[in-house]
Amino acid sequence: MANPSTPASRAPGVAFIFKKALISALVALVLFSLMIGIRTEAGPTGQLIYWTRFGDLASLVAIVFGGSIVMELLRQWWGPVGTVMVIPPPLQSGLVFARKLIAPALLIFAVLVPVIFYDQRYILDLGILVLTYVMLGWGLNVVVGLAGLLDLGYVAFYAVGAYSYALLATNFGLSFWICLPLAGILAALWGVMLGFPVLRLRGDYLAIVTLAFGEIIRLVITNWQSLTGGPNGIGSIPRPSFFGIPLTAGDDGLAAKLGIEFSPTHRIVFLFYIILALALLTNWVTIRLRRLPIGRAWEALREDEVACRALGINITTTKLTAFATGAMFGGFAGAFFATRQGFISPESFTFQESALVLAIVVLGGMGSQLGVALAALTMIGGFELFRGLEQYRMLVFGVAMVLLMIWRPRGLIGHRAPTVFLRHSQAISSDLVKEGHG
Amino acid sequence: MSGDRILHVHGLTMRFGGIVAVNELSFDAERRQITALIGPNGAGKTTVFNCITGFYKPTAGSMRLTHDNGAEIRLERLNDFRISKQAKVARTFQNIRLFPGMTALENLMVAQHNALMRASGLTFLGLIGAPSWRVAEKAAIDLAKFWLDRIGLLDRADDAAGNLPYGDQRRLEIARAMCTEPALLCLDEPAAGLNARESGALSELLLSIRADQGTSILLIEHDMSVVMEISDRVVVMDYGVKIAEGSPRDVRDDPKVIAAYLGVEDQEVAAVEQELGL
Repeated sequence: MANPSTPASRAPGVAFIFKKALISALVALVLFSLMIGIRTEAGPTGQLIYWTRFGDLASLVAIVFGGSIVMELLRQWWGPVGTVMVIPPPLQSGLVFARKLIAPALLIFAVLVPVIFYDQRYILDLGILVLTYVMLGWGLNVVVGLAGLLDLGYVAFYAVGAYSYALLATNFGLSFWICLPLAGILAALWGVMLGFPVLRLRGDYLAIVTLAFGEIIRLVITNWQSLTGGPNGIGSIPRPSFFGIPLTAGDDGLAAKLGIEFSPTHRIVFLFYIILALALLTNWVTIRLRRLPIGRAWEALREDEVACRALGINITTTKLTAFATGAMFGGFAGAFFATRQGFISPESFTFQESALVLAIVVLGGMGSQLGVALAALTMIGGFELFRGLEQYRMLVFGVAMVLLMIWRPRGLIGHRAPTVFLRHSQAISSDLVKEGHG
Repeated sequence: MSGDRILHVHGLTMRFGGIVAVNELSFDAERRQITALIGPNGAGKTTVFNCITGFYKPTAGSMRLTHDNGAEIRLERLNDFRISKQAKVARTFQNIRLFPGMTALENLMVAQHNALMRASGLTFLGLIGAPSWRVAEKAAIDLAKFWLDRIGLLDRADDAAGNLPYGDQRRLEIARAMCTEPALLCLDEPAAGLNARESGALSELLLSIRADQGTSILLIEHDMSVVMEISDRVVVMDYGVKIAEGSPRDVRDDPKVIAAYLGVEDQEVAAVEQELGL
C-alpha cells in the first residue's frame, strides 16, 4: 500500500516460484545426499559399515522445497522489508524516542548490575566479560569504524597490554595503576610499529598483514620462553588494589579497614567497576576525538583518501594515530584482562579473539558506539544464552548472525551521526557512508 | 600589474614510461587573476594539475610559487599534503571528491584540519576542552558558515554531501578548497555537467572569489563560455605542449588553436567555431 506501483511488476508468477523452489531442492539434494543420505561407521572389527537413510534425505529436501515456496510467497506479500512500510508513523516517533533512551538506560543498568546481581557470581563474571569486549570493540572501532582500516590483528595489542602488565608487575612489583598507562603506551607503540609497514596497503592486503602481525606477536610470546614463560604463561599476577589498599581477607585489607565482613565478591565487584570505568573512558575519549580535527580526519580518510591529501591532511600521521589510539585501548583492556585472570598464556590471544572483536564492530554498525556496545552484549551474552542448546549452540548462533546481516547489512546501528551541526543533527544513511579502503 | 606572477612553471615534463604526457611546458599564472588551461581531451591538462598539486612528481622542470609576502616555494620539492599545507595550493577534482557520508558543514570543517590541529594543541587541548580550542572551533564553524552562505547552501549545511544535487556538490567542493585559505586555487573542470544557469552562477562565484578573497585561480575547463567570460589569460595545450597563450580574444583567433581543436572534420570545425563565436 505504501508503494502501489510495484505489486504487479513484482509478482513473478507460479512458474518462477516453482522453479526457484526446485533449484533450492536440487542444491539441498546434492548437499545432503552424502551428509545425511549415507551414514558410515566403524564396524566391530574395524571395517567400514554404512547404511542409507533415504527417508531422512527425502523429508529434508521436501522441507527445503516447501520452505522455499513459503519464503517466496512471504516476500511477495510483504515486499521489501522497510520500517517505513511496516511501522506506523506515531510508533516510529516513539521508537526514535526509545532509541534516545537506550544508551542512558544501558549505562544505568550497567552501573547497577553489581547491586542487583550481588549474589550471582556467574552474572558478575559474565558482565565483566561483556564489558571487556565492549571496550575492545570500542577500541577497534577507532581503527575499523572511524578510520576504515581493516585490522585483523587487534588481539596483538590486547596481548601486548596483558604481557606488559604481567611482566612489569611480577618482575618489578609495579602496581596495577602504574602499569595500566604503561601498558597502554606500550601497546600504542606497537600500534605505530604495525602502522608503518602497512601505510601503503589497502583493503584485503592490509587485512592479511595485520592478521600476520597478530600471529607474529602470539608466536613470539609462545617461543620467547625466558621472558614470557612460553606456553606455560605467567601466573600469580597481582590483583589491583584500592588506592594501595589490597582487597584481601587480612587485617590490612579493605574490608577490615572499612569494618565490614570480608567477602570474595568485593573483588569481583571492584573489577567490574574498573572495567566499566575503563570502557566508559574509551567511549568518552572516542566521542571527544570524533569532534576534534583528528577524528574528523579519520572519518574523512575512510571517505576519500585522495581528497584528504588535497586538503593538506597528513595521511601518514592520521593513519598512525588511528592505529595507536585503537591499540592503546586494546592495551588497557589487556592489562585489565591480566589482572582479572591472574594468569595469562598465549592461548588467550589467538586469531579467534581478533575475529570476535571485529565481528562485534561490524555487527554493531561501523563507527557507532552504541551499536558496538549492543553487539558485544548480543555476541557475548547471546553465546551464554544459547548454552542450554548444547551442540546446536554454534548453529543457532551462526544462523542468528546470518539473519542479522541480511536484515541489517550495515550493522545494528546503520547510520552515522554528524560530529557538528548548525541547526539539527540529522542521521546520515549508511548508503552514503563509505566503508573505507583499508 | 604585469610581472607579479604567483606561479611560474618552467620546462615541466612528465613521462609515464614511454609516453610523454607533458613536454617542456612553461607558463605563468598572474596573481589575483584567473588563468585558464584549455586543450583537447588527452592534451595533458590534468597531468599538469597533478604535478602542481603534488599528486605526481614531475620528471623534469620547475614550478615556483610566490606568496604575497614574497616567499618563494619550489612546488616540485614538496610532495603530497605539503602542497596544500605549506604552499597553500588547493584543488578540486574532475570527478567530484567530496566526503559523501559527512555533512556539508563537516566537509568544510575537515578542510580546516591543519589550522584546527594547531588550535587543538595536537588534540590534547581539545580533548580537555580548553577555552582556546572552543574559540578556534567556533571560528572554524563561522568560516564554514560564511562559505556555505556564499555558495547558497547554508540551509543544507546539515545534509550529507552525497545527498546534494550535482551542481551543489560542485560548488561545495570549491567552498571546501577555499576553506583551506589557499593562495592558488586549482579547479579541474568546475563547470563539467552543469547547465547554462549553473555555469553562469559558477562564473560569478569564481569572479567574486578573485575579487573578494584575492585568490589566484588556475582553471581547466572545456566549457568555452565560462573560459571566455572569466579568464584573464588562457594557456592552450595539445599533445603535452603549449601551442598558444594570451588573452581569451587572442587565443580564440589563433589558427593553431582552431586547428588543434578542430583539425578533423568540417562538422566539428563548424561546431567549435560556433562555440567560440567565430
